Amino acid sequence: MSLAGGWYLGLAAALFAIGAVGLLVRRNVLIMFMCIELMLNAANLTFVTFARMLDDIGGQALVFFVLVVAAAEVVVGLGIVVAIFRRRSTTVADDLNSLKG
Amino acid sequence: MSLMHIAYLMPLFPLAGFLILVAFGRRMGDPAAGWVGTIAVAAAFVVACLALTGLFQEPASSRVFIHDYYTWFHVGGLSVPVGIQLDQLSITMCMFITGVSMLIHLYSIGYMKGDKDYSKFFIYLNLFVFSMLVLVLANNLLLTFVGWEGVGVCSYWLVSFWFERDSAASAGKKAFIYNRIGDVGFLAAIFLIFEKTGTIQYQGGPGGGILGQAHHLGGGTATAVVLLLFMAAAGKSAQIPLFNWLPDAMEGPTPVSALIHAATMVTAGVFLLCRMNHVLVLSSNGTEVIAIIGGVTAFVAATIACAQQDIKKVLAFSTVSQIGYMILAVGSGAYIAAIFLMVCHAFYKGLLFLGAGSVIHGLEGEQDLKRMGAIRKAMKWTTVTFTIGWLAIAGIPPLSGFWSKGDVLENVYSHYKPLWALGLITAIMTAYYMTRLETLAFGGDARWDKIGPKGEPALHTPHESPWVMRLPLVILAFFAAVAGIFDLPWATHHSFNNWLAPVFSGTLYNDHLHGAGTWALATTDAVAAVIGVILSWSIWRKGSVDKPSLEPQFLQRVWYWDDFYDTVIGRPSQKLAYFFAWVVDARIIDGAVNGTARLVKTSGSAARKLQTGYVRNYALGIALGMAALIIFMLSRTWWS
Amino acid sequence: MLLSLHMLAATRPALPDVLVFAASAAVILVGALGVVTSRNPVHAALALVMTLFGVAVLFIEQEADFLAAVQIIVYAGAIVVLFLFVIMFLGVDRRDDIEIEPLVGQRPLAYLLIAITLAGVILMLVSAHWVTGAHQVVGPIEGPITSSAGSPSGEPAQLGKQLFTTYLFAFEATAALLVIAVVGAVVLARRPPVPQDADSADADTESELPS
Repeated sequence: MSLAGGWYLGLAAALFAIGAVGLLVRRNVLIMFMCIELMLNAANLTFVTFARMLDDIGGQALVFFVLVVAAAEVVVGLGIVVAIFRRRSTTVADDLNSLKG
Repeated sequence: MSLMHIAYLMPLFPLAGFLILVAFGRRMGDPAAGWVGTIAVAAAFVVACLALTGLFQEPASSRVFIHDYYTWFHVGGLSVPVGIQLDQLSITMCMFITGVSMLIHLYSIGYMKGDKDYSKFFIYLNLFVFSMLVLVLANNLLLTFVGWEGVGVCSYWLVSFWFERDSAASAGKKAFIYNRIGDVGFLAAIFLIFEKTGTIQYQGGPGGGILGQAHHLGGGTATAVVLLLFMAAAGKSAQIPLFNWLPDAMEGPTPVSALIHAATMVTAGVFLLCRMNHVLVLSSNGTEVIAIIGGVTAFVAATIACAQQDIKKVLAFSTVSQIGYMILAVGSGAYIAAIFLMVCHAFYKGLLFLGAGSVIHGLEGEQDLKRMGAIRKAMKWTTVTFTIGWLAIAGIPPLSGFWSKGDVLENVYSHYKPLWALGLITAIMTAYYMTRLETLAFGGDARWDKIGPKGEPALHTPHESPWVMRLPLVILAFFAAVAGIFDLPWATHHSFNNWLAPVFSGTLYNDHLHGAGTWALATTDAVAAVIGVILSWSIWRKGSVDKPSLEPQFLQRVWYWDDFYDTVIGRPSQKLAYFFAWVVDARIIDGAVNGTARLVKTSGSAARKLQTGYVRNYALGIALGMAALIIFMLSRTWWS
Repeated sequence: MLLSLHMLAATRPALPDVLVFAASAAVILVGALGVVTSRNPVHAALALVMTLFGVAVLFIEQEADFLAAVQIIVYAGAIVVLFLFVIMFLGVDRRDDIEIEPLVGQRPLAYLLIAITLAGVILMLVSAHWVTGAHQVVGPIEGPITSSAGSPSGEPAQLGKQLFTTYLFAFEATAALLVIAVVGAVVLARRPPVPQDADSADADTESELPS
């Protein structure tokens, strides 16, 4: 028997906030990626909490899919990072600004 | 079929001449092109004579032939035909238009000899005669307007014939613009008439045309129509306040001045008012205004003519003055007297202009009176014919001028005594300035063989003009002398008066005072003329020709009329145009358009700064949106 | 652990649950802060693992056992390992400098906006009484019958049943997605070929490479 859903939701919100701040503040591309993973986990936690609160297994199914897609995304994303690194020898996001208007 | 039915050929002959000359004129050259033009108008004259006989054969009450040839356009309730109205008024006009035009065409063959645009001159002249005939023969207002515009445009072309001269080009524009101002009045009058009577035909069409429907025009509308028609007439016939284009129009070749600005176009205004006499009679206020303006114009123009140095300018102002008499007659209801004066004026003014042209031609272009003198010794034919013209216009009996002017003044006397007095004073001045002209040009001693006052070289002995120029002078002199026969006051049968009376039935006012009254007035006229002649002859015959006290600047500068218009209308209009061009158009409108472009560019440049290229900035944008969304959702939950 | 979920709102939580939650929360937050503030990417990856474990524990706490297992296996076991592989492969395990911030206004704005968001969410939770559990949530909209019904019981069974019936299409689509991701990663990360002669077979595959 677990706590009222609100606590989990609050924790998930905090986790999401930390992940968001990390994404915005860090310059290393790999760290930014990890912050994205934090945010995804926060979302997963929220979904599972609501699946419990609403007595609907659909929330958990959604978490399943989020997990899969996150995995795929990390795979492709890191592939891109590798390709960029081969070209520019940098993992600092700020150096990749040639699309500026 | 009556001979009246061939009247439609009258405008078609000059039109054919125009087309032939346009196609082949340059190839025909000098003088064949001139003969083609002359023959075309002569053919029109022959048709006019035949139509006249056809009209004569009809009984007096039914001398009207109205026929539509086809419908120009048909819109709503308005159906505008192309057709002619041949009655006594229009045939009279046609007779002297074609006759005088024919003579002037003949004259031009000699006058324009050697000009590089010889055939072009006759093209314009033929087109002019065509337009004028359309004007007088039309059976509805709109077709008359077509002819009206046609003569206006031909006048513009002919006045600025030597357009390489700046003054000629400006004069042409001035003539056209003043005419156009009058045309506004014409159009407005047509609109009003159509609105109230539902028709623009003079007598034809269902309901009897304007003649039949004139009673629909209420007092106010009738006055408005009359004044608007007079505005048109003032523009075309050079009356106050639209008269100062006529002196400038003397920049055109002299035959043009003779034809257009003496005999035909300038009479179109008088003709229009006579044609619309059924409307004029409905507004006594309107006709009073017309009479006053006519009388004042006659007086003012006569004063100006007394001080002019250029021979053609004297004649130009004389024309304005004489037409003022005609307008005065129209305003007094004496339509027939006005027409009679018009006919006689065509003869003697045409003669005077052609004679002046002969002098100018003989002196190889000199037009300044102060450089002429004693022409009588060198150009006999010109002198004799000119003298006849001079006596006619001065009003010396028994020439035509005396009878026609007397007719007008007699009728005016019955109506407006002050205007009669003004007319009498003007008659004295007419005699004065014409005698001054005659004396300075033909009398006295020769001045052309001396160095001019501004250092111009001496001129050669003037040579008499060729026969093509002399013949029209002789014919016109004959008519100027004897035309009085047409309307002698004591003639009750077969007179001009009786001939034209049916046209003006019901509106006519032609009061021949009987007995002593008529003789008294006639004597007064004759005395006035003689006084003017003797006064002028005695002043100008001897002594220096420079008499500045008799030729004040005020009169020479046309009572400063041109300067007045320039200051009040010309300059402010220019400033306004300048303002619109450089402030409104360049700054405001272009500024708005360019400003919009600049705005787009600036906002684009500003918006561009959002695209920094840094992914983290874009992520910040997403965070911003997220925060906004949260706040929005919160606000919704609190307020609901 | 297979307690009826209906009785959730009415009863006070027991002490073990509170302790487990508190510990997991602490682990999660420390790990998250670790990820964000580590200078060394490898340290960050390890902190991430810590967070993932904490989340997995919370999954178990909320009776999502299958998901907890999957979380560990996939996230901690595969994704973070992949991260570490790439970090080592690229050789960027050096220390970063996190003090400098070249973009103007980035940090203050980031703190501000995220603070607003967090505050908003917390406010929502509080005002909706979800924190205390006082808010009664509506009943099941759609979804499984709870374990008291006759169908196979247990969370994995229920999840599996839904995945293969209601969400079958999405399931198959994710399969395709995975294949695409693998192909994409292979193509992206291929070592650029050494320049060959023009008639070599590798020549026309050069254009596919992003480099």
